[in-house]
Amino acid sequence: MAAVASKNTRWIIFLILIAVAALVIAPILIVLMNSFKGNIFISGGGAFRMPDETSFVGIANYVNGIERIGFFSAFAYSLWITIASVFFILLLTSMLAWYITRVKGAVTSIIYYLLVFSMIVPFQMVMFPMSKFANMLHIDNLLGIIILYVGFGCGMSTFMFSGFIKGIPLALEEAAMIDGANPVTTFFRVVLPMLKSTAITIAILETMWVWNDYLMPYLVIGTEYRTIPVAIQYLRGGYGSVDMGAMMAMLVFAMIPVIVFYLACQKHIIKGVLAGAVKG
Amino acid sequence: MEKTLRKYFPLFALPALICFTISFLIPMVWGAVLSFCEFSTITNASFVGFENYIKAFTIDNYFTSAFWFTLAFAVVTVITINVFAFALALLLTKGIPGTNIFRTIFFMPNLIGGIVLGWIWQMILNGFLAYYEKTLLSDASYGFWGLVILMNWQNVGYMMVIYIAAIQNIPSDMLEAASIDGADGRTTLFRIVIPAVMPSITICLFLTTTNGFKLYDQNLALTNGAPNHGTEMLALNIFNTFYSRVGFEGVGQAKAVIFTILVAAIALAQLYITRRKEVES
Repeated sequence: MAAVASKNTRWIIFLILIAVAALVIAPILIVLMNSFKGNIFISGGGAFRMPDETSFVGIANYVNGIERIGFFSAFAYSLWITIASVFFILLLTSMLAWYITRVKGAVTSIIYYLLVFSMIVPFQMVMFPMSKFANMLHIDNLLGIIILYVGFGCGMSTFMFSGFIKGIPLALEEAAMIDGANPVTTFFRVVLPMLKSTAITIAILETMWVWNDYLMPYLVIGTEYRTIPVAIQYLRGGYGSVDMGAMMAMLVFAMIPVIVFYLACQKHIIKGVLAGAVKG
Repeated sequence: MEKTLRKYFPLFALPALICFTISFLIPMVWGAVLSFCEFSTITNASFVGFENYIKAFTIDNYFTSAFWFTLAFAVVTVITINVFAFALALLLTKGIPGTNIFRTIFFMPNLIGGIVLGWIWQMILNGFLAYYEKTLLSDASYGFWGLVILMNWQNVGYMMVIYIAAIQNIPSDMLEAASIDGADGRTTLFRIVIPAVMPSITICLFLTTTNGFKLYDQNLALTNGAPNHGTEMLALNIFNTFYSRVGFEGVGQAKAVIFTILVAAIALAQLYITRRKEVES
């Protein structure tokens, strides 16, 4: 778009961008570097020094960290909760969104406004009664928490799906119904395929939320099943000092899946974020 | 079609609605009721009127100080994040080689979760402060600026992506006309670019405000409110009121209601401003 800048200006801009990129990447590299150093060489002024013979500990921090927080089970819990929650959010809210968009009436518009309202309410409002209630209903486990995530993810997801469905001409669905298809076939054969790109956007937004979520898994299942963020925070323990070596190693492990996910679906992620920001 | 579909309510709408009721509706109503009660488990509540709301401000001044801390934090981060993000977006729309790679790098921190971010920056900031024989916990202002740096690192890339999309949508004939009329870079920026991306600026201002007000994970992992509640933000203060002492759950719930009203007011203000803009244009 803008007028092409002169050659000198372009060089200056390029150098600024390189500097900013270094600022963005440096913290991650420092964490990686420190993950191979002994605990005392990380805190107390040595954080920016390269590992040397005295400070290098090989993979000891990784072994120690994995054992202390049970990293691989944390990873498995996080993965299960994220995949199952996002799957059910997509399935159940696309059905709900189609229903409340196509069936007009007081009930469906009340549902719609309640869902929109739930997007505004901060988690602190419901966290105490919700975790107690989950406990009473015995859904404070790896299966039950999916119900809670579907309930919480409902608002944004239904809102975005129904925004898209409003723009689909009724004719297609009516034609299918006249041909004798029942609502179930109509939904899965005609409507759902059209929702694909919206579903990808929603899936990305919900994945980022569920994967990184700390408070809900901490309060609901934290004593038995620790997801990655809960496990990381658990390294802090009570009072007393934190094992920064193990912490650095586990931060590296926590970041790897996120960075892989980002590089693999970068285009969708940026598109999803844009759509989410504009809608939200 | 509507008539046939109506009968399918149990299949299409009910499953999601049951989840929504369990995780949101019942806890929401229950929470609102409990804010007027004294209780330690949710089944032994007794009505106490507005006592919890009064106690929220009178048992200690941490809630009030958390409010001012959060407000100051929101103001500082809204300004810094948006200025940096907008500046980077301008630089990345000048056709410099490698634009896409830079965009990819700048956005990346946004995906890292709050707890992980908090610990990364705790290590780095303590590493710097160690040269001056200080730590993040030496003074509340270190924690404040630490959180500001962390929040910028995480959010500048996100807002930048929104600004880039907006700048790229400016019709090129508008910019050509400006340059034919002899407008310099500054005039083009303030008279053409900024007015044209105003809707995105509104969105980003509100996004950063809400993010600032609701911040919890980063606050917990970076300083956990230390020293002496000096860096405790609203969400963390509410959590600590609930879970660090027995008998103050009602006060915590009252604080949560106040917090909800505050956050909802910001959201409604956004809705009002965006609607008015849409009517105008």
